[in-house]
Amino acid sequence: MSDARNVVIIGSGPAGLTAAIYTSRATLDPLVLEGEPSSTSDQPGGQLMLTTDVENFPGFPDGIMGPELMMNFKAQAQRFGAEVQTVKASKVDLSERPFKIWVGDPDAAEPTHLAKTVIVSTGAQSIMLELPRENELIGHGLSTCATCDGFFFRDHEIAVVGGGDSALEEASFLSRFASKVTIIHRRDELRASKIMQERAFANPKIEFLWNTEVTGYLGDDKLAGVTTVSTTDGSTGQLDVTGLFIAIGHRPNTSLFEGQLDMKENGYLLTQPGRTATNIPGVFASGDVQDDYYRQAITAAGSGCAAALEAERWLEENDEH
Amino acid sequence: MASENVTILSDETFADTVGADGEPVLVDFWAEWCGPCKMIAPILDEIADEQVGNLKIAKLNVDEAPNTARQYEVMSIPTMLLFKDGEVVKKIVGAKPKDALMGELAEHL
Repeated sequence: MSDARNVVIIGSGPAGLTAAIYTSRATLDPLVLEGEPSSTSDQPGGQLMLTTDVENFPGFPDGIMGPELMMNFKAQAQRFGAEVQTVKASKVDLSERPFKIWVGDPDAAEPTHLAKTVIVSTGAQSIMLELPRENELIGHGLSTCATCDGFFFRDHEIAVVGGGDSALEEASFLSRFASKVTIIHRRDELRASKIMQERAFANPKIEFLWNTEVTGYLGDDKLAGVTTVSTTDGSTGQLDVTGLFIAIGHRPNTSLFEGQLDMKENGYLLTQPGRTATNIPGVFASGDVQDDYYRQAITAAGSGCAAALEAERWLEENDEH
Repeated sequence: MASENVTILSDETFADTVGADGEPVLVDFWAEWCGPCKMIAPILDEIADEQVGNLKIAKLNVDEAPNTARQYEVMSIPTMLLFKDGEVVKKIVGAKPKDALMGELAEHL
């Protein structure tokens, strides 16, 4: 176990890495626990690692690829000395200072890191349907990453579940490859933004299956279709698709902080109004983990900056040395 | 910059490499536009350097070698196939931490 770090940042999406850029430039020598590789959005770089063109991040008039943008964030933080470790925090103890953070075995007697301040930016990850055989079909027709897997569905008929911006974005991306994309949505109207709706309605390859929920997966070793039920009259049906992409929303990655940090009913971290400070002095939350409203890369980056500045000020006022 | 111990494959060189005598070959099916693929690239570099003589790491870009990807029914990337004497003995779908990856390969090494 080492001496207490000034700042430990948990998470490495736009919020965490912006906090790392600011705290490293402030010579606070931050440590970033960036997470572990996976094929879900809970991975180093966060949700943008599963996207392609990011068209709304200011400063990139021609757009930029999500993974490339996140590599740039990381390089910029490392340029000023931020230390980035490819590990996941397994337990935290925020009950006394310095705060304790475990990596690896959460039952180890000694924590891996001590921290004077902690910036929580663990983000959110995609929700799955939680239907039988879901895990074994991932990579075999069932996908959590349209940008990774769309390529393999050239001229296939596929479906996307969901009705928000990410569902429509995935559908329009997938229509580059697939012969037909059916959007399965449990209501008869979309939550998605106007521009995304207009794009989807104008896309000749995209069709909508309204008021419908997916109830099961068909096919043995790879997906051959889904069974459905109508949310209006309860009638059942079947849709023959070789690919299914799930985009039904996100849940915050906050299980690590249960019982320690105040949360809203939906599990998102609660911060002081207009601030990143949590209920524990010295612990700050930024990005999607505390934002169930905007959920944009640029707002995450902005709140990461805010958390860095609050942590810096807090250290000035509370650090004895 | 990939490790010099990583072999870059194409549709043309694929069969010869995975069918060669000697150590098993782990082929990483990847693409430039795949974020999770980027995250595991440095892990595969490390494994390639550590396992010289025991396990060969090879990479196949699915954009440049679509035929091989189709032949092995790759439907998601990253997909890693472990070949022994030209036969697939293990299929790993999705990015994983290094320990988990080595754990899945252990019984074949």
